[in-house]
Amino acid sequence: MTNNVKLELKGISKTFGSIKANTKVDLKLHEGEILAILGENGSGKTTLMNMIAGIYFPDEGQIFIDGKEVTIHSPKDAYNYKIGMIHQHFKLVDVFSASENIVLGVETKAKYDINEVNDAVAAIAERYGFIIDPKKKVHEMSVSEKQTVEIIKVLYRGADILILDEPTAVLTPQEIDKLFSVLRKMKEDGKSIIIITHKLNEVKAISDNVTVLLKGKYVDTVKTADSTESQLTELMVGKKVTLNIDRTEPNNPTDRLVVDNLCSTNEEGIATLDHISFTARSGEILGIAGIAGSGQKELLEAIAGLQKIDAGTVLFNNPKKDKPVTYIHKSYKKVCQLASEGKFHYEDGTKVDFTGMKKKDIVALVNDGKVLFNEDEVIDLRDKTPLEIRELGVRLSFVPEDRLGMGLVGSMDITNNMMLRSYRKGKSFLLNRKNPEALAEEIVHDLEVVTPSIKTPVRRLSGGNIQKVLVGREISYAPKVFMAAYPVRGLDINSSYMIYNLLNKQKESGAAILFVGEDLDVLLELSDRILVINAGKVTGIVDARTTTKEEVGLLMTKHEGINETKEVQA
Amino acid sequence: MKKEKMNEPKEPLFHVLKRANVPAWQTWVIRLSAIVVSILICSLLAFLIIGASPLKFLGALFDGTFGTSLRIWKLLKGTAILAGISLALVPAFRMHFWNTGAEGQVLIGMLAAVACIMAFRDTIPNGLLVVIMLIASVLAGMLWGFIPAFFKANWNTNETLFTLMLNYVATYLVKYFLIKWTPNGSSTIGRLKYGMLPTILNDYLLVILVIIVMVAIMHVYLNYSKHGYEISVVGGSVNTARYIGINVKKVIIRTMCVSGAICGIVGFLIVSGLDHSITAESVGGQGFTAIMVAWMANFNPILLLFSSFLVAFLNQGSGEIQTVFNVSDAFPSIVIGIVLFFVIGCEFFINYRIVFRKKEDK
Amino acid sequence: MEVLYYILNAFSLGVTFLYGCTGEIITEKSGHLNLGIPGIMCIGSATGCAALQMMYKKGIPDFLVVIISIIAAFIGGAIMGAIYSFITVTLKSNQNVTGLVMTIFGVGLTNYIMHDLTGVRYLYAKKFFRFPFAESKTSLQYCGVMVFLAIIIAIIASYILTKTRIGLNLRSVGENPATADAAGINVSKYRYLATIIGSGIAALGGLFYVMDYSGTQEAYLSIEAMGWLSVALVIFSTWKPIVGILGSFIFGVTMIAGSFLPIIFSWLTMASTPFLKMLPYVITIIVLIITSIRNKRENQPPEKLGINYFREDR
Repeated sequence: MTNNVKLELKGISKTFGSIKANTKVDLKLHEGEILAILGENGSGKTTLMNMIAGIYFPDEGQIFIDGKEVTIHSPKDAYNYKIGMIHQHFKLVDVFSASENIVLGVETKAKYDINEVNDAVAAIAERYGFIIDPKKKVHEMSVSEKQTVEIIKVLYRGADILILDEPTAVLTPQEIDKLFSVLRKMKEDGKSIIIITHKLNEVKAISDNVTVLLKGKYVDTVKTADSTESQLTELMVGKKVTLNIDRTEPNNPTDRLVVDNLCSTNEEGIATLDHISFTARSGEILGIAGIAGSGQKELLEAIAGLQKIDAGTVLFNNPKKDKPVTYIHKSYKKVCQLASEGKFHYEDGTKVDFTGMKKKDIVALVNDGKVLFNEDEVIDLRDKTPLEIRELGVRLSFVPEDRLGMGLVGSMDITNNMMLRSYRKGKSFLLNRKNPEALAEEIVHDLEVVTPSIKTPVRRLSGGNIQKVLVGREISYAPKVFMAAYPVRGLDINSSYMIYNLLNKQKESGAAILFVGEDLDVLLELSDRILVINAGKVTGIVDARTTTKEEVGLLMTKHEGINETKEVQA
Repeated sequence: MKKEKMNEPKEPLFHVLKRANVPAWQTWVIRLSAIVVSILICSLLAFLIIGASPLKFLGALFDGTFGTSLRIWKLLKGTAILAGISLALVPAFRMHFWNTGAEGQVLIGMLAAVACIMAFRDTIPNGLLVVIMLIASVLAGMLWGFIPAFFKANWNTNETLFTLMLNYVATYLVKYFLIKWTPNGSSTIGRLKYGMLPTILNDYLLVILVIIVMVAIMHVYLNYSKHGYEISVVGGSVNTARYIGINVKKVIIRTMCVSGAICGIVGFLIVSGLDHSITAESVGGQGFTAIMVAWMANFNPILLLFSSFLVAFLNQGSGEIQTVFNVSDAFPSIVIGIVLFFVIGCEFFINYRIVFRKKEDK
Repeated sequence: MEVLYYILNAFSLGVTFLYGCTGEIITEKSGHLNLGIPGIMCIGSATGCAALQMMYKKGIPDFLVVIISIIAAFIGGAIMGAIYSFITVTLKSNQNVTGLVMTIFGVGLTNYIMHDLTGVRYLYAKKFFRFPFAESKTSLQYCGVMVFLAIIIAIIASYILTKTRIGLNLRSVGENPATADAAGINVSKYRYLATIIGSGIAALGGLFYVMDYSGTQEAYLSIEAMGWLSVALVIFSTWKPIVGILGSFIFGVTMIAGSFLPIIFSWLTMASTPFLKMLPYVITIIVLIITSIRNKRENQPPEKLGINYFREDR
């Protein structure tokens, strides 16, 4: 690191509508420095970097490169100043090969020859120790391969300033080590690097200096070596906080969901779930870890009845002993059959026998809650639609990864989103909006959702508030199984901890929780057990109280007992 | 040299930003001014091309629409028919199903009604015939909506082109039957004095009232019924719809059957209440215009009464200009085209704002 | 001889679709679903004929008249493309609606212009459009300059799309404009240019149909329908101009089936003519269904087709 200031920002501000993303931010990056930008979700890190990369244009402020003031009006300008950004959501064209993506937008007079590009890509890869097939199409790549393409793309264009936005979020601990060694090599080459993150251990591991942002404002820049994690946390959150998740011992766990040899294939005929077996217990949080795209989404969707299952069973143990039968409307025949098998009793303990009774009377008996189960009921959820699952009385809640794409409808208001699961109630052709309105008010109040009113389309809310609306609705059904995929992605610290607490509350009330997470630290702290999957296979189920991050990381890349990651690193 | 130039700070002339909540009155001011400006531009163009002075142009425009009580009734009838067709499109569009086949769906409804007349005209009483015609039109329109919906639901077949092609299929079916029904080879069947709807006050009022009732029913159906709610969910996100257990295929097919059925009813109204005849050009492109009308109304059944009034007004008014100044009968579609360009374009000023940047002193 | 006649006739008719299809492929590759193509093809015939009329009166040499009217048709289409781009790129309005208004407007304006162009000597002009085989009494008379031009344009378009930097950049704009933008590609410029050039090419189809294939004034009335078929042909050709050449021939065959089939099958009567004319539309529907059922990754439309791009969208 030299003392030459490579890049300097002075008084940069940016607003989106009424939201102030950045207010008068200053920043200095030296030549050959690795600068970490630290801040929680929503603190304006990405917006600030996007202004350097030319994606956004600042409302006010100045940018200096090598001491000269510049105006970066578009990504093209940024490239001309040798600035390259690796975005958190990769900017790659799926149907193009690695090389085609890398050469995209390069302006030269030279004739376009993809073979030359392939060679150049291979040369860069060799220099920094990447492994890449230049001809491979992006849609066939793993997440870390895609990231490699992004980095080579920036290097191919000869960038001196590299910006990496949350590059570690999707990587295993071993891949993170690999990435960091590449970054150090680049630093030795004299490149200046900015890395955005909200993970303190990574800041400590890689950076020279740290600039901290809070709510869009510049807080401070400190030398990494001179600061402790708790000091940085305080700067980042703005007040002294203790970030601990209470983990209680599971209370009387019983098997709630038994998944056995579950198999599924996608449209292209590739196996997404490969003989998955595990048991989720009541009153317990089962964390699910794995590299992004290892089958987490497919697993939860298969359980929820949204994926075709090729083989295996998903057995739900409905704790129905001495509880009334509820699903007579749609399954009259089945109820009669179970009654004839002697599965029900009345409140006084006598056996239920429907023989000789009229349908009307039977329905009335069941509807009045007079018919009770003898024992818990086992339901196979396989090949059932979400509606059928619910009509069987299975209280299964699911917070999917893509909140606006799957869990909610962005253009509808909060009330209408509350009705999504309940609108069918009643025989009327028309909707009843009274109860959903009350529920919406309740959730907005209890979970502190920041919104102008319950009539606001949820798309207009911030990520954290959208998630609160979704989780609030799913919890309101008093679930027996609660599944959540990346429930804190994009949320600030306070919202994240609120979600963790809600999960813990569900656990205490006896639900079986399936929690798919990407942050291993959180998974280790929150879960009781962790199920690790890779390429659709279970590679291990470990006790979260005793395992280590490294052990989980190795399981995440384990293939059929051979540890490839270790070989690569050797 | 080049490099140095690049390093000089260059200020962009202006910047486009997304607008946050714009008050409703402002959006209407913007839309109305776009309409006024575009009509003025049309009058200017008319002056340059056909030599009609703007005053005469505007005079003819209003004279053709409000000049006599008959013209006013015709304007209301035109509005009603256009509103009826775009009303049929609204549920499909809310579901993001791009039904461009209203033209064919109305025409096939008309064909079914006329076919009933041809089959039963002297054998059954008028009242019964009208009922049979209505049922036949609804079923025919439904079928024309069902076919593309079935393939869209099962294989995601491109519905825009599918429904468009069905328009031509309907057109040629009409031509075929016209040949069949006219042994003399004239291919025109003239005015059929069978299966006529009763009239109230004049030929138009009953049709207008029926359309208004349909608008009211559709308003309730879309906003207060479970079906309407499902349509909105499917339109908002197909995955969310699957997630909560909505049978997406069923909703697509059901909604397109509703859409086609309304087109069928409009077709029936045209045959039984207005034209009492059919040609291959009976719908005359209103199926396409209805798409713009529905879009301008933001897929809102009540608002589309106003947007269809605007388009019917332009159509009839510029038709008057065409006769007064003796120009091609294509004149109305040019005027409508220009006005629509402005209405579409003005959405920009509702959703975005332009910020001009001033250089700051250092 | 009869068979060859029909083949060349069908091929020549297909060239109308080929212009429309190639133009729309270029446009769609940039992410613009231009439903204004039928109107644009109509405009091409109108501006081309109007130019021919004007030039012819001034006594300009015949071959120049042809070239000028081709250029005029291209410019007419290009202007329509520019209007479309202005509304969808600069004003960021809905592409479907804009396209449909383009068609309403284009068809109307064409009717207006062509209505008065009765004095154009269509058959006379046809002679020059069909250079060098205009005088031929054989089937070769269908192979004029504009037939070759269409094939050359399709081949060049195919080469540019797959083998050049510009093609790569253009495809990325349609697939993922945010990525293209981050890579320094001017998304608006590519969308404008692709749409303008594509519309210009499509407009030639209208001119070709009126001046060369049919050589009659009232031919402009059928262009709109042929424009819609051209848009459908894009799906059939899976966004590849080379496949479009084959596809346009097949579409040409179905279009002339109406006059061809009654000669082979004598039982086809006058009354069945509407069914024969319905054929291309029914076949297009069948093609749409089959391509959607055989849903393959490489045959998909550009991913962001029909969606406008605004950099600061969050």
